[in-house]
Amino acid sequence: MAKNPATTIKELTDRLNGSLGRLSAQQSADIEQSPPRTSSGFSTVGQKQPVPYREKIQKISAEVVDSNPYSRLMALQKMGIVKDYEKIREKTVAVVGVGGVGSVVAEMLTRCGIGKLILFDYDKVEIANMNRLFYQPDQAGLSKVDAAKQTLIHVNPDVQIEVHNFNITTMDNFETFVDRIRHGSLTNGKVDLVLSCVDNFEARMTVNVACNEENQIWMESGVSENAVSGHIQYIEPGKTACFACVPPLVVASNIDERTLKREGVCAASLPTTMAVVAGFLVMNTLKYLLNFGEISHYVGYNALVDFFPRDAIKPNPSCEDSHCQARQKEYEERKTLEKPNIVSTPTHDEPVVHEDNEFEIVLLEDSEEGTATETATSSNLASGLKYAYEPQPNVDQRNDQTPAQIATHDLLISLKDKLIEEAKNKRTK
Amino acid sequence: MDEATKSSLKAIPLCKTKASPRDGDLWIERLKEEYESIIAAVQNNKTSDRDWFKLESNERGTKWFGKCWYFHNMVKYEFDVEFDIPITYPVTAPEIALPELDGKTAKMYRGGKICLSEHFKPLWARNTPKFGIAHAFALGLGPWMAVEIPDLIEKGLIHPKS
Repeated sequence: MAKNPATTIKELTDRLNGSLGRLSAQQSADIEQSPPRTSSGFSTVGQKQPVPYREKIQKISAEVVDSNPYSRLMALQKMGIVKDYEKIREKTVAVVGVGGVGSVVAEMLTRCGIGKLILFDYDKVEIANMNRLFYQPDQAGLSKVDAAKQTLIHVNPDVQIEVHNFNITTMDNFETFVDRIRHGSLTNGKVDLVLSCVDNFEARMTVNVACNEENQIWMESGVSENAVSGHIQYIEPGKTACFACVPPLVVASNIDERTLKREGVCAASLPTTMAVVAGFLVMNTLKYLLNFGEISHYVGYNALVDFFPRDAIKPNPSCEDSHCQARQKEYEERKTLEKPNIVSTPTHDEPVVHEDNEFEIVLLEDSEEGTATETATSSNLASGLKYAYEPQPNVDQRNDQTPAQIATHDLLISLKDKLIEEAKNKRTK
Repeated sequence: MDEATKSSLKAIPLCKTKASPRDGDLWIERLKEEYESIIAAVQNNKTSDRDWFKLESNERGTKWFGKCWYFHNMVKYEFDVEFDIPITYPVTAPEIALPELDGKTAKMYRGGKICLSEHFKPLWARNTPKFGIAHAFALGLGPWMAVEIPDLIEKGLIHPKS
């Protein structure tokens, strides 16, 4: 205290600067030592790796003991539901988007003992995500893929997890995305399935382009912006409608759009709807990967009235995506070649005949005779489903209109639709 | 759609070529059309004294960046604007971002991507491949700024740059 304060302050700042300098020198040395972390590389979790709670299991056992993480899954085999459950360990699934749906999907597949997961997302965990499942508050700020990997390898150390922290819709990242679809499996071959759990049209279209080009089977999923409906869709290029064939199919919510408050928010979400959709998606995935039951081509979910429409959508012969058209041709050729054997070879789509059906539950027919020649209109959809918007009319006839004319025309059409809907609602009341 | 948007939209030349950056020479063709329509739009904005953005791209035309501004009570508020051309372009519209405003409004997605109205995407889908970047600005960013910027100013979340 007796010292000249000026010297003390100078001493202090010198000392502070000295230690700051040492710290930054040490930090840069640390950075050089740690493995490079590029945005497109196979990054590892930035934080300390959790120690796995057990060693990897080489061979799955069906033994019923408390310590066997697979005993309840292997029971599916004993009960005759699945022929060979262990096959799941050879399978690779790419999950695009690990938000409210994708993270739960990844956890379910991890707990089921999937061989490998490849996760894509470029978002960070936020406290605003805590109304959904999976992520924990202490993971806020981490990239979603890193946070997911951290949790998943702890839950099941047998699962290989590869993560990519980037936006798949841009040029450079798309190439890596396609490369991982092509070579991402456990044997460096094609992945078995791609699951789209994204929240926007752009990313869905990107997955669609990649899967049409690579002839990759994938499943689409979505939850509506008002959080009370959702859907899953199975897409086999050439055989079923691709995402570009028809406008996105959504479950009619029966809510008057005008009473829907949008002020100040982009989207609402609930853990319930997301978990239901994730459950449907993984159930369909398991049926596909392990070859049991009947794969649904489209399942919708309307939470307000607990309604689950099921439908099948045929590909559009004049789809805008040229690769989709090519796949359709290939499928037609394959079908004519395979036709004579169809009776003897059971396929995924073979109808399941139940001995007793006291509730007379009838599944919607997925008829495959020829491709649809009629254009897509809401009238040939299962009840409770509608297109997000009516398909684009033949563009040629509108070529000489100015954009303003087109915009006005569109506005008129949407007004007309609203009026018709209103009239319908009145009639049903 | 208000009259101002309609009249500025009318003055923007339409694009013709359906091509994304993955389509080689066709993309060059599309890029030319994009530039022509952006130049015409900017020219038109200037002559009607409603100049409100400038834009440039990288060499391949895949990344775009520039400035956009908005006048409120005679004070200019300017922002950096950026976006990538998605590989699905022009079937899907570019996702326009104002990174500085990220976190300041709910009408934004991660990274400052503006949240467009429910009318924009169907309108874009019906007009592909004719609508281009200039149309996305006139129909998307313009109306978004007209609603959001005054609101952000009122809430004291943004201030003019001196």
